[in-house]
Amino acid sequence: MEARFLLGFLLLLSLSSFAFAIYEDQVGLADWHKRYIGKVKHAVFHTQKTGRRRVVVSTEENAIASLDLRTGDILWRHVLGKNDAVDQIGLSLGKYVLTLSSQGSVLRAWNLPDGQMVWETDLQISNPSNSFLHVLGNVKSGRDSLSLVCNGGSIRAVSSIDGLVVWKKDLSIDGLKLKHVFQPPESDTIYAIGFIDSSLIALYHINAKTGELLKHATQASSVDLSSEISAISSDSLVALDTSRSNLLLIKFMAGTITNHKLPLSDIVQDFSGLAELIPTKSNDIFVVKTPSNVAFIKVKGDNEIELIGKADEAGIVSDSLTLSEEEQAFAVVHHSNNAISFQVRINGREALTEGIKIEDHRGHVKRVFLNNYVRTDKSHGFRALIVMEDESLLLMQQGEVVWSREDGLASISDAVVAELPVEKEGGVSVVEVEHTLLEWLKGHMLKLKGTLMLSTPDDMAAIQAMHLKSTERNKMTRDHNGFRKLIIVLTRSGKVYALHTGDGRIVWAHLLTPLLQSESCPSPSVLTLRNWRVPHRKALQENPSILLVGRCGAGPESHGFLFIVDSYSGKVLETQILDHSIAEVVPLPLADSSEQKLHLVIDHKLNAHLYPRGSDALEVFVREMANMYYYKVENAKEDIKGYAFKKGCSTGSSAYCFGTRELWSVVFPSDSERIVATARRKINEVVHTQAKIMTNQDVMYKYISKKILFVATVSPKAAGGIGSAAPDDAWLVAYLIDTVTGRILHRVTHQEAQGPVHAVVSENWVVYHYFNLRAHRYEMTVIEIYDQSRADNKDVMKLVLGKHNLTAPITSYSRPEIATKSQSYFFTHSVKAIAVTTTARGITSKQILIGTIGDQVLALDKRYLDPRRTANPSQEEKEEGIIPLTDTLPIIPQSYVTHTRQVGDLRGIMSFPANLESTTHVFSYGIDLFYTRIAPSRTYDSLTDEFSYVLLLITVVVLIVAILVTWAMSQKKDLQEKWR
Amino acid sequence: MNPSLSFLSLLSLLLLFSSALSFQSDELPFNDDDEFEGLRSSPGSASVAPPVRRRPDLDISSASDSKSLQFSLEHSLGDSEFSVAGTFTARLKSWTHGAQTLTKLRFTRNAISDTEKGLFERLLEDDDFYTIRIPSNVLNPSGKDYVVSSVRARCLPRESLDEHFVIHTDGVNVLSVNYGSAGGCQYPRPLKSPSKWSFSSYTVLKNSEQAPRTPTFVEQIIASENALEEGLQPPEKSFWAKYWMYILPIGFVLVNAMAQAANAAAEDQNQGGQPSQRAPAVRRR
Repeated sequence: MEARFLLGFLLLLSLSSFAFAIYEDQVGLADWHKRYIGKVKHAVFHTQKTGRRRVVVSTEENAIASLDLRTGDILWRHVLGKNDAVDQIGLSLGKYVLTLSSQGSVLRAWNLPDGQMVWETDLQISNPSNSFLHVLGNVKSGRDSLSLVCNGGSIRAVSSIDGLVVWKKDLSIDGLKLKHVFQPPESDTIYAIGFIDSSLIALYHINAKTGELLKHATQASSVDLSSEISAISSDSLVALDTSRSNLLLIKFMAGTITNHKLPLSDIVQDFSGLAELIPTKSNDIFVVKTPSNVAFIKVKGDNEIELIGKADEAGIVSDSLTLSEEEQAFAVVHHSNNAISFQVRINGREALTEGIKIEDHRGHVKRVFLNNYVRTDKSHGFRALIVMEDESLLLMQQGEVVWSREDGLASISDAVVAELPVEKEGGVSVVEVEHTLLEWLKGHMLKLKGTLMLSTPDDMAAIQAMHLKSTERNKMTRDHNGFRKLIIVLTRSGKVYALHTGDGRIVWAHLLTPLLQSESCPSPSVLTLRNWRVPHRKALQENPSILLVGRCGAGPESHGFLFIVDSYSGKVLETQILDHSIAEVVPLPLADSSEQKLHLVIDHKLNAHLYPRGSDALEVFVREMANMYYYKVENAKEDIKGYAFKKGCSTGSSAYCFGTRELWSVVFPSDSERIVATARRKINEVVHTQAKIMTNQDVMYKYISKKILFVATVSPKAAGGIGSAAPDDAWLVAYLIDTVTGRILHRVTHQEAQGPVHAVVSENWVVYHYFNLRAHRYEMTVIEIYDQSRADNKDVMKLVLGKHNLTAPITSYSRPEIATKSQSYFFTHSVKAIAVTTTARGITSKQILIGTIGDQVLALDKRYLDPRRTANPSQEEKEEGIIPLTDTLPIIPQSYVTHTRQVGDLRGIMSFPANLESTTHVFSYGIDLFYTRIAPSRTYDSLTDEFSYVLLLITVVVLIVAILVTWAMSQKKDLQEKWR
Repeated sequence: MNPSLSFLSLLSLLLLFSSALSFQSDELPFNDDDEFEGLRSSPGSASVAPPVRRRPDLDISSASDSKSLQFSLEHSLGDSEFSVAGTFTARLKSWTHGAQTLTKLRFTRNAISDTEKGLFERLLEDDDFYTIRIPSNVLNPSGKDYVVSSVRARCLPRESLDEHFVIHTDGVNVLSVNYGSAGGCQYPRPLKSPSKWSFSSYTVLKNSEQAPRTPTFVEQIIASENALEEGLQPPEKSFWAKYWMYILPIGFVLVNAMAQAANAAAEDQNQGGQPSQRAPAVRRR
């Protein structure tokens, strides 16, 4: 009876962890969510007199967003799919945002105020190419207006109200590329100008209402035409030739085309190099940007042109902004040191020049979008949206930065974790205490109200805000539980940010590549970042630092560089341009005497260069060199090769350079297998125990090796997307390879399965996700590996007497006797990223973190992916926590760690341990960032926030009172007895 | 002594010796591959037995859909160039659906030459790598793609040089060869010379396993889902589970108080002032 009770209790305990979820009012206590949009490539201002002033932008992350022009906040945002790049955006009817995407094949309309999609039209374009959108203002059929989409030689007119294709015209001429469409005012005729094979100019007259071709004419061009044009008036345009040194002035009057060649050197005196034509809109003015300056040129009469303005420094020029019929404004922005000079030129004349101070970690100006407004004195005022080199977005007005957005964080490519500084000894000032005392009292009153359920919604909000503001979590010091850390991220632009885990604020940010830009390093780009020094034993007082590795050019042979950056301040401690290339950086599990981690930089000739440079580092490495191995997966050649290091390298005689020799290779037959995914264990993962006790008191030993590599290959036919191969042509082979000896430990073929494959390796298991073509469902398979050679270490006597091989060093050269257990389950979602929770000591049970197609992170208990699950587990198995076998993995809504948030375009999930064993940090990134702390087995090692200290206190007091009372009673009784 | 006799004995001795040297090939009845054929000849018997001649054509008995093929094993001692060290013989089996597989793998090692022996001793001293390779495409070895495998030379010596090949194949392609000692290789590796300078080889051919299909059990789904849901429902904490920490001390106090009260009652029964020890005595009466 008792045993059954105990059993039930245990079962209850084991199941209690499934109920992990947070309450509504706990949202935001430990987590934060930041929304970004990415690098802006188009912007359309919407500044009508009524309503909110806003700017609609599209970005290189395929996001469309409407930003508040006053604050820079996102009003609404949509992230299009990965293959749905936005080509152009426009406004239509004053209330719709039109976006042309997927190389001109999809046109969508979004409601401007709230971002709801109004309609979507697939334009069914057979050969997508550069296309453009032209919103016609005055083709009105009723209240409708038409939008023209030109793609190569075809035009489609789409109704702005419902997205129906009103007419389409295929000019069906090979090599025709339409360049410009315009419509003279008060006319029903559309003029379309295009180039045929860069040598002929073609003009088409089309009826705007029906799409009927009215007239067409072609004319041979005197130069080879490039694709850059600028329309300067209703009957002329300017094109640039392919040598980018000649202009061609094209006029088309009454159905005839004339063209006139104008060498740029005639117009701009000291012209050299390649010119660029800035697109403009009419008014006879166009802008040519040359390497040294920007020229504003006006066309006068027949084939005569005049230079009307020149900006001497070559800056970034905005598109033209039409102020009135006569006036065209351009913004020219120069960047020098840590200031921007912002110049507005109206018709080439300088109208406004402002100098704006700017943080030097933003780099150069990349793009400018100009907008005007009417000042209080009825004159023109200008504001500009500026995209910087670090992909941040600034709004400038009246010589000030009104707001800035760190949108570089939308393109994180790598991340590491660093510790915060240790708290300095010393007291807290009295003022601080006095200030906080009142707050404290107020807070407690509110809390009391909350617990007594007397609080109004306002009070609830105040309590929530108080929770959020609690200074404890945002301190810049290390805490005992390890909850406060710095996440150091690297973005695509090469900027490094340090984010605080408390609230996600940017502690420091640096764009390092401009520091390097020089003759010897023309176009630096950062590849990865690694922890260089972690506070540990001897280096506890030293600041931790990180290593940034990059290359100076685009090719794999270009020289590398490295930076060492202080984690606390972002200060560059060391810069080095290397004399070799960088193919890969291999962190070693070794450190030199000052606790700098040893790294091997492998160059493209397969030489290994040791960093840091130092005699003790060299000594440490040479001592361990015989046990160091390196492997390389070559996706192109479908093979994996393993190498050992040897002294002396092929390129130089440096003591820090080591050669490699090939030890092993695995060659996948190119006609039947193609590598699609590889995964390996984290090098710093901690495994708590090697033994696993089975239900029948048997012991299994986990095969734990840091050198396990998981490789998945699919048949070449199935290498495409789902649906590209028939089930019979598709298979997926999963390999577990020991990277020291190249031994294939396990190999299993899944018939009728195909990628994409996502895998995660941890401890002695691997979990991978793929598509099952026969079942039309996604599947997840788990493989667990057990070491049989240690299996007979079960006898207690043997263990006592030391007759076991548990302490014997493991070498990969021994023939492993392994056993694998495997099981597959269906899984409903497709997966974007997969990771596993890591804790400080590896005791806490694991959860698999799955980035779902809905851009959320799902925490799936590893116990669901246990290969020992059976349909009818015995009583003992249930006791152990084995869940009855199901064919599908459950998705429990409460186990979304992102709760209701979405991490737009989720790309990566990172889990890193806190000092508290039960808790782990989860950081996921895409366009958005989301951070939270989770406890896979609940917080068993600390009291929860809801723990009622008051009740505990009352109990203690009651107990003391009871003791006193009983004591007094017994005293009294004794006295009475003695009197008797 | 008759010189001719002594010469003859010398000759026969030489022959015997040379045969002992030249014999390397052996196979093992290894269990994890049913495609294996033949027996591993023990090194002891090998020293006296003449080199076993293999059947020149392996597929006399079998149908015409299989043919034999050979490919060579090459080895490199230290940094030296690769040289031929042995020959694998396998049978190519064609299946009706067009696929071809390798079966019945056999291996013949070449004798170790004196230079090789010297090189190998160097390897043992330096604890360096002994590397082997075989062509990845055995049908038409182009000489370009090889699968390579290495082992620390000190792992091999036992009685003789014990080696173990696991050849992973996919149809006729060799994906990888795992080469190593037959058993364990202890670490740190002691320097040890083999008593006999010959290889005893074990070869295993491995194909990919097929993954079992994902279990689908429609009729059980409902039942198990129900079970799961029951388990998954956030267990409503019982009154006891919630308040045991308060109830327990109160209960303790209560029990204490009751015991005291009982004591007091007992004392009352014992006519007040009488010592309580007497009570049992009274009962005995």
